[in-house]
Amino acid sequence: MNPVYFDHANSTPVLPEAVTAMQPYLNQQFGNPSSLHRFGDPPRQAIEQARNQVARLINAAPESIIFTSSATESNNLALKGLALAHQNKGKHIIISAIEHISIIEQTRTLKRLGFEITTLKVDQWGRVDPQELREAIRPDTILVSVMHANYEIGTIQPVEQLAAICRERGILFHSDGTAAVGRIAIDVARLGADAYTFSAQSIYGPKGAAILYLKPGTRINPLIEGGFQEKGRRAGTENVAAIAGMGKAAEIAQIHLPDWRKNLDRLGKRLYQELPTRVERIIFTGHPVNRLPGVVSMCIEFVEGEALLLSLDDTGIAAASGSACTARTLKASHVLLALGINHAVAQSSLLLTLGKDNTDADIDYFLDQLPPIVSRLRSISPLYARYLRGENPYEFKAGQNHYHEEN
Amino acid sequence: MYSEKVMEHFRNPRNVGEIENADGVGEVGNPVCGDMMTFYIKVENDIITDVKFKTFGCGAAIAVSSMVSEMAKGKTIEEALKITNEQVAKELGGLPPNKMHCSNLGADALHAAIQDYLQRRQQSATGCRCPYCDRPLTEGETVCQPCQTKINFCPHCGKPLPRNTTVCPECGGKIDK
Repeated sequence: MNPVYFDHANSTPVLPEAVTAMQPYLNQQFGNPSSLHRFGDPPRQAIEQARNQVARLINAAPESIIFTSSATESNNLALKGLALAHQNKGKHIIISAIEHISIIEQTRTLKRLGFEITTLKVDQWGRVDPQELREAIRPDTILVSVMHANYEIGTIQPVEQLAAICRERGILFHSDGTAAVGRIAIDVARLGADAYTFSAQSIYGPKGAAILYLKPGTRINPLIEGGFQEKGRRAGTENVAAIAGMGKAAEIAQIHLPDWRKNLDRLGKRLYQELPTRVERIIFTGHPVNRLPGVVSMCIEFVEGEALLLSLDDTGIAAASGSACTARTLKASHVLLALGINHAVAQSSLLLTLGKDNTDADIDYFLDQLPPIVSRLRSISPLYARYLRGENPYEFKAGQNHYHEEN
Repeated sequence: MYSEKVMEHFRNPRNVGEIENADGVGEVGNPVCGDMMTFYIKVENDIITDVKFKTFGCGAAIAVSSMVSEMAKGKTIEEALKITNEQVAKELGGLPPNKMHCSNLGADALHAAIQDYLQRRQQSATGCRCPYCDRPLTEGETVCQPCQTKINFCPHCGKPLPRNTTVCPECGGKIDK
């Protein structure tokens, strides 16, 4: 069995160079970077080197980089940290409907703290309309958070336009770039974002390290209080090894991104072109043009996502799905529902996120393995039976026999 | 995440399919979670002689359907009605907690098929059928559930009437508008 990994949005394999860069801080240079004695020097230098490496990847000033433990932490620091620091100007925040749960879940806390949240709708491709942002802005709006690209459908937002609108009105703009960094070149100065998130694990670095870019001079309230690490913006002893690994991964990403992107583009296009010739009733989701390279998202009708993932896993293929049964929430992906896709179709989602090491052989193998799996699962599916009989597969007949209401 | 037994039933589900002219059909669906199961049963002398199913759902939902179909076959109606979702999960070596409610609907689907069978049996005893979709009607049923049509009954013989009729096709009695 050929293991084929198509789940890079969840985690990327760590580069050997990054592992090497981490090694000394696991077993030799164990000092605390905040220490004044000599044991603290190498770890402290490693952090500053990584800060420079990460800053260069996104064309930022090193002092604008705040190291955190994950993209989720960075998103929390951005939203709550900026909201609390600027609440004297107003308590209205705008996000998009397809943000990562690490943004959406925070809004509950923010509402409890007296903030009001407006959620921008997206179009059928998952794009926010800049005009809608203009209309949603109020005199008391202080912060807008719209992700750079969606992790589930690959759609890239018109971030520059959104940031420009915010800048005109003196509103802070944060963007979660976790899905975008490592796939497309990022220049935060050009984007015009005040804050920008991404994690090491999306750029072939280790888990446990991420950053929040914060435009110099921007006030923020720390979420984690204690020592004066990260200039008081994020207390706690740094995860030195992971940060060193992130720095090295960022350095390598900066050098090789054009090649990686070329490969991702080519392989992704192959999937878009060849999949419909192998399997009928595939609905591709996300924007047809403004999308991340190597992100192929679709709904394969009448086949449930988790069943598909388990079957693919049996053939050695790792992928992802927005199906409720792959999540603990038991609800279909809010991203797919926001595109206007119905619940039953959204349950049929399959997400392939390719990486720099994927090859044509991986694509060939996947294209060979998928059709029999889909056929097998469709042969079990009552929705497919309805479709073959010419009936509406998605018409649930409440009142006929037994019917489960919403959980 | 799943027990070996769940995965084995998921990979090789037993009794997949539909039964033509089934004696009972039960459908359980959850539009939020997305799992949907349709069970078909054949009954002879009060014993379930055949069970088939079709399921749209996750690994657990497919394994549950397969296990229920095996558990029900050969049982009397009374015995099959005693199968619970908890027993099914136990037979499968357990299910993850978040799958217990959402995907473990197999016993419900089987029971729905049995109820359909019992309803049909009762209806065939009374002999009344919906004049629009021909489904057997239970006593006192005034709205046909599948076609959602309100049924009018002949005031003379009590049989269901076709729409806009002025004469009962059963007894020839005149129907006032």
